Amino acid sequence: MSTIAPATRVELDYTGSERLTMNMGPQHPSAHGVFRAILTLEGEEVVGVDAVIGYLHRCHEKLAETLTYAQYPSIASKTDYVAAMTSEFAYVRAAEMIGKIEVPKRAQYLRVIAAELQRVASHLLWLGTWCLDMGGALGGGATIFLYCIRERELILDLFESLVGARLLYGFYQVGGVRYDLPPGWAEQCRETVDLIDRRIDEYQRMLEENPFFLVRTQGVGVVSRALAQEVGISGPLVRGSGVNYDIRRTDPYSSYEDFDFHVPVETGGDCYARYRVRMVEFREALKIVRQALDKLPDGPISSRPGLKSVAQIRIPKGEAYARVEGARGEVGCYLIADGGPKPYRMKWRGASFSNLAILPHIIPGHKVADVVAIMGSVDPVFGEVDR
Amino acid sequence: MTIEQARTLIADRFPGAQIAGEAPLVVSVAPDAWVPLARVVKETLGAWFFSFLSAVDWKDEGLEVVAKVDNIDGKLSLLLKTRLGPGVSACPSLTGIYKGANWMERECYDMFGIRFEGHPDLRRILLGDDWEGHPLLKSYPVDAPYPPFR
Amino acid sequence: MPVWRNFKDLTEWERLHQTRPEGDKHSDLFISLTEGIHNFPGGFAVTTVADAFLNWARKSSVWPVTFGLACCAIEMMATFASRFDVERLGMVPWASPRHADLMIVSGTVTIKMAPMLKRIYDQMPDPKWAVSMGSCANSGGPFRHGYHVVKGVDRVIPVDVYVPGCPPPPESLLNGLLLLQDQISHFRRTGQRAEPNPKVD
Repeated sequence: MSTIAPATRVELDYTGSERLTMNMGPQHPSAHGVFRAILTLEGEEVVGVDAVIGYLHRCHEKLAETLTYAQYPSIASKTDYVAAMTSEFAYVRAAEMIGKIEVPKRAQYLRVIAAELQRVASHLLWLGTWCLDMGGALGGGATIFLYCIRERELILDLFESLVGARLLYGFYQVGGVRYDLPPGWAEQCRETVDLIDRRIDEYQRMLEENPFFLVRTQGVGVVSRALAQEVGISGPLVRGSGVNYDIRRTDPYSSYEDFDFHVPVETGGDCYARYRVRMVEFREALKIVRQALDKLPDGPISSRPGLKSVAQIRIPKGEAYARVEGARGEVGCYLIADGGPKPYRMKWRGASFSNLAILPHIIPGHKVADVVAIMGSVDPVFGEVDR
Repeated sequence: MTIEQARTLIADRFPGAQIAGEAPLVVSVAPDAWVPLARVVKETLGAWFFSFLSAVDWKDEGLEVVAKVDNIDGKLSLLLKTRLGPGVSACPSLTGIYKGANWMERECYDMFGIRFEGHPDLRRILLGDDWEGHPLLKSYPVDAPYPPFR
Repeated sequence: MPVWRNFKDLTEWERLHQTRPEGDKHSDLFISLTEGIHNFPGGFAVTTVADAFLNWARKSSVWPVTFGLACCAIEMMATFASRFDVERLGMVPWASPRHADLMIVSGTVTIKMAPMLKRIYDQMPDPKWAVSMGSCANSGGPFRHGYHVVKGVDRVIPVDVYVPGCPPPPESLLNGLLLLQDQISHFRRTGQRAEPNPKVD
């Protein structure tokens, strides 16, 4: 059974050179997941990339037609499994937009707190694995990885006391959220947020004073503003190339307009610019969490509480496209409802799927060693790519 | 460009289009006006951000291709649709206008069997090259067997 | 008493799950060497004392190949990292399958990925073990009814320990790895693979 796709080659007028086709296969140590890149090399330089995806295609869209609105949010977490809260958010918001279901204010603030904490946890994992890829598993890369995982564990402890699960949750439901804050959670959250703020300063200093890091990231993987606009990328990828696109500002949802935060935009377009965008996003997310905890109103946590049966939520006929600003970009859910307890059609607009489409445009021209740095800064999560 | 201006512009250029909604503005045209509509939307309305392209299987009424584009600075967002009609599974491709449509159309071909005319490299993207059938069609069973794996 | 809703599933499991080949035992050379040492006067003292030590040494240095497929890979990475350190058990995650003796299959196995998984498993030298981590690898998990999902990695490779969860928290994975260490020391002592847990009625 052959699953090899033909490689698209960039033909150069270069006689006497030998082209080598190298497979960066679905299992490789750079910890991104199942991705296969068929690289065409000329010496050490990459001249063509054919990206083969689909090794994690888990039939989300077909399964969503067989699962009800109450059952699917916890499966939705498994698309972007590193930032699972944001995927659930998109699905639940789409159902609420069609059904015109109001979400109480307290639930909106809780959703924002969860989404921003999840963004911080996702960026911590990104930083850790990116530095691990660039530095080597047993060498310098493991330092930042272990530090970042240590901080991420603190956030996962918060989630565990709130929801009961560390990685994949079922926190969001149509109409609000499922759990309320346990006593003492707000104080623990504030302490964690302050600690992470201080530690991120330390890591940033550690990295930016390291000349090897600067050499490996500056000028590498440049995405020009024109290219960024043509391909449809979003998130830190497009904000690192000078386009000011953040859904929390252009199309605010769930009371994001109540919070005061800054959206970082860099014009460099290279890996270093994207790194700087994400480092600022860390601090802004922590700022939003603090503001939300201060202003948290009282009230119900769901406008449809007391879920007794899986088919209880019925959404009337209609369609909607709900998008949220995930850690990787625009995560969207296009939902067509037909009046029953299950959707008629659901399409996931995965941020990483569109972001990954940029790889064949930016990788050629770089050395093989830069491929890992570029892939890390694009930050794909293959649950979103393959769905 | 406000939503009203966009609505009148599209209604003038494409007399047969059905326009509804506000955010997003939903425009439904016939398949032969698909590429001209996309060109107008990108160049005149300035909607350069290509969000997604997908399809819906309406069983007896045929397939429908859906695309979403946004003008981020002007806060205008459009949902473009075209019904392909029963039994038809070919549609003109948007890759000449929006580069982001490349992988999205490959996925549509993979899942629904829609052949996009003018696509530079139409092959399966998520499933293996030798997969038979197009899974997201309503006639395909979700729990299809594939010995010995399932 | 587990209620099997679908008897077809149980017989399917028995029919399709991969078992180890017949000759998967200690090599004859090893057995003849230990017999030789035993026959030497006073030799039994050497082997009984050395046995415990050697068993501990062998089970405490299992190198897993990093085979993270999906969400469970993130929990596997958390197990390998600072808080739930797995290196204190001697497990150094190693990318090359040729140097590894354990494969932790963490995540959903899809039909497109299954031949690659088999290829990596075949590249590992004997004796090798496999841990199926998470419900997707155990039986297909929440995606069991998807058309592209393999109903459990034991249809592709023989599995020694199943760790349930979605995803299993690092404590569960560590529990599974400790059970695996018991199995390894049993194999080293007796030369036979451990019997599967008796089927509950």
